[in-house]
Amino acid sequence: MNAPNASGWKPEMVADDGSVQPMTVSGDKGLQLEEPLIFELNRAGQTGVDIDAPTRGPIAGLAKFLRKAPAALPGLTEPEVVRHYTRLSRQNYAIDLGPFPLGSCTMKHNPRLNEKVARMPGFADIHPLQPKHTVAGAFEAIAELSDWLIGLTGMAAVALSPKAGAHGELCGLLCIRAAIEAKGENRPVVLVPESAHGTNPATAAFAGFRVESIPATEDGRVDMAALVSRLGPDVAGVMITNPNTCGLFERDLKAISDAVHAYGGYVYCDGANFNAIVGKVRPGDLGVDAMHINLHKTFSTPHGGGGPGSGPVVLSEALAPFAPLPFVQREADGRVHLVEEEEIASTGHAQSFGRMAAFHGQMGMFTRALTYILSHGNDGLRQVSEDAVLNANYILRELEDVLEAPFAKAGPCMHEALFSDAGLAAGFSTLDIAKGLIDEGFHPMTVYFPLVVHGAMLIEPTETESRAGLDRFIASMRSLAERARAGDERLKTAPHFTPRRRLDETLAARKPVLVWKGDKA
Amino acid sequence: MRYLPLTPADRTAMLAAVGAGTIDDLFADVPADALLSGPVEGLAPHASEMAVERHMARLAGKNLSAGAAPFFLGAGAYKHHIPASVDHLIQRGEFLTAYTPYQPEIAQGTLQVLFEFQTQVARLFGTDVANASMYDGSTACWEAIAMAGRVTRRKKAVLSGGLHPHYVGTAETMAKFTGDVIEARSPVLSAQPDDAEVIAAIDDQTGAVVVQYPDILGRIPDLAAISAAAHAKGALLVVVVTEPVALGLIEAPGHLGADIVVGEGQSLGVGLNFGGPYLGLFGASEKFLRQMPGRLCGETVDAEGKRGFVLTLSTREQHIRREKATSNICTNAGLCALAFSIHMSLLGGEGLSQLAAVNHDRARQTAERLAQIPGVTVLNDAFVNEFTVVLPADAREAVRSLADKGVLGGVALGRLYPQDKALHAGLLVTATECTTDDDIEALATTLADVLKKGA
Repeated sequence: MNAPNASGWKPEMVADDGSVQPMTVSGDKGLQLEEPLIFELNRAGQTGVDIDAPTRGPIAGLAKFLRKAPAALPGLTEPEVVRHYTRLSRQNYAIDLGPFPLGSCTMKHNPRLNEKVARMPGFADIHPLQPKHTVAGAFEAIAELSDWLIGLTGMAAVALSPKAGAHGELCGLLCIRAAIEAKGENRPVVLVPESAHGTNPATAAFAGFRVESIPATEDGRVDMAALVSRLGPDVAGVMITNPNTCGLFERDLKAISDAVHAYGGYVYCDGANFNAIVGKVRPGDLGVDAMHINLHKTFSTPHGGGGPGSGPVVLSEALAPFAPLPFVQREADGRVHLVEEEEIASTGHAQSFGRMAAFHGQMGMFTRALTYILSHGNDGLRQVSEDAVLNANYILRELEDVLEAPFAKAGPCMHEALFSDAGLAAGFSTLDIAKGLIDEGFHPMTVYFPLVVHGAMLIEPTETESRAGLDRFIASMRSLAERARAGDERLKTAPHFTPRRRLDETLAARKPVLVWKGDKA
Repeated sequence: MRYLPLTPADRTAMLAAVGAGTIDDLFADVPADALLSGPVEGLAPHASEMAVERHMARLAGKNLSAGAAPFFLGAGAYKHHIPASVDHLIQRGEFLTAYTPYQPEIAQGTLQVLFEFQTQVARLFGTDVANASMYDGSTACWEAIAMAGRVTRRKKAVLSGGLHPHYVGTAETMAKFTGDVIEARSPVLSAQPDDAEVIAAIDDQTGAVVVQYPDILGRIPDLAAISAAAHAKGALLVVVVTEPVALGLIEAPGHLGADIVVGEGQSLGVGLNFGGPYLGLFGASEKFLRQMPGRLCGETVDAEGKRGFVLTLSTREQHIRREKATSNICTNAGLCALAFSIHMSLLGGEGLSQLAAVNHDRARQTAERLAQIPGVTVLNDAFVNEFTVVLPADAREAVRSLADKGVLGGVALGRLYPQDKALHAGLLVTATECTTDDDIEALATTLADVLKKGA
């Protein structure tokens, strides 16, 4: 690397891949931008909002509570704020930029009509505790969404208040627990297959159950014999993901449900992968008692860099009476109303296990999901799962000669295709393929999950990728697989073309720096 | 079907490429009797963008929005003005349609925002650290109780009567299943919060003392006194803030001895949204870091030594620790955190203080005006932007009548505490910077009218 001259400008530097890059004194390189923290941009006394001055001081009683000094938070003017966040946004990959083939996470096109509807003042600007007769349209929208979720799953009822998928799992397990306690039984154990999402065992533990693991078979499905032999009077239920995290349909789910029910237990289905079967298969027909639906996945509400989510739970007749408050109920005459603590006795829902969050759930997600559902309709949703499954199988077939596909012989995959790192040259890993994909301009697939496959690569194209787009992705994957088989060392230091190279995650964990302290050094 | 790019010809060619005769060959693992032969009956077919928009607008039109009426509701959800640039920026596709930042090289935008958000929350609350957001205030409150239990290895939590009843309900639900003991009470319609009662309830079995600040009636507890009492018995003080704007005016809980501070961040940037999505805030003392739930973003360096950010300390999380995780949370509220952070960046510390002062000013004016109405008593001695008035009859009736006259006049305590008749005369009234002189006058004259007719 060359030494900087007096102005800080260096004519060029040599990167570790041997390429020569010109340097700049600003840190920016054309449209590749460096952006300081807001705390580093701060200039004292700035603000980006004009607020009226108060007309009088605080009431006397408040004096002893007043803070001594304003919080040490930077204020920026409006143009500085717009530029800061716009510049930051350009350092993100997003579904609007290209495919996000994340298996088990489902990132598909986010229609902007959903955003427009969610921002209508009649939905966005209403208070959860307004008098109920002033928000009849909101309850109607919730009831319409409920009708769709019940219709598409073949279940009896839906609880809408869970705030995310994992919160929905908790809701389902609490319904199971409440049903068991209502029968006066003691069933401390929940069975969770090895291939389950990591949230499943954590949820079961948080709901007060002891978790026992059930192995997977050679062909990537729940070992039904092992599961059935473990059933007994101490088992509250099983948690199954279907289609499972190996991308396969659990053929035996109905038989598993029958066996679990025969022992007095309940079946929880993790519905994170419902987008593979929506409109084609109703989980209620397979004996499921409770299943959460990630509205943000199946019905495309934007993920926003990590949330919000929304995890309504559909329930069987057996579990419906235990659903949490509040919920929306449609009467025989078609009227819709909200059941809260006030109404619980008069509406025959005294067995509700209670409240699991303030207010009615993620209304902003409900309106987006309903908009998406109405846009697709029953025919379109059926086409969604067919196209998602077709796209995944296309990827499976087009890559299985260059990447190991451990379950390719175990039947068609559903919405996601699973590969492993077996067959790469020694010293090359799944991570190298993932980071190489970044240089190719794609977001990586899900890596190292599910845990039952060594060096797993789980690819979910979704239904919103075109054939030409899939072909471009396949070409990149084939190239990377061939480079990793041939031992191309440059793959080990990918990505090369991003604003930041591989980040030191070990350092971050060993010496956690979670807040900026630059002004206190 | 405007969202589906495959053409019929693509589908035929791709089926041939994968070696399937029909699409249902790919669903061969579904038991034949469970595979639907056509679209689900009783549900509508696809509709055009225009038709869907019209339908949804019709439903939205049946609701009375906060901006269309004199509006005085609070109780954990607040109407504040959101600067136009906030919604514009969060709708940038690179923020809106990004995923959880597991691949840091192409997610530095989200990660830097989360790091800035954590710093803002920690400074607002006066805590050492903060996480990258939770679902909402109520679930964050339960997670704080659970965390205090892990730290102290004690199962009992003492909840102030001033804690939002939905937060209490959420904690009670969870505790039924985890074996924690929740000791909660209802508030009493008095000017002073229940600090003395809370302090009296703390014993050497208590792991968490939970106090809302300001409380559900708008009163302000003496955190320093409660914190001293909690710490003397080895318990942690959990402070719940449902209105972060209040912290522009009153002292940060972390500066008054709170060990964990949680809150609802909806007030800044997020909007009412009929109850969600909202934004859980969670700050704590650094020594409890490894017991904190949720996502954390940390600073690090890349292979060239440049500063960068990653999700970190994931060994606490569900995907690593499974049933031994600190929580089962996977999703956070990233986009709401972004909105909060942008709004906070526009305000700054001084802007927030001024916003809080204006809120207080409007509330003070509202309280003074309502106190002039015969039969109406203002309960609080001290409040920021939310206070309680006592009416001569059940406030639910008054709220209903006010709404019929186009005024959204507050939250009747009977809606929150249906079982507790002693509270039914209480009406929680909230004013913010959005409250105009005309709004105050409309509330006062309509309420006077409603009460006169009721008498």
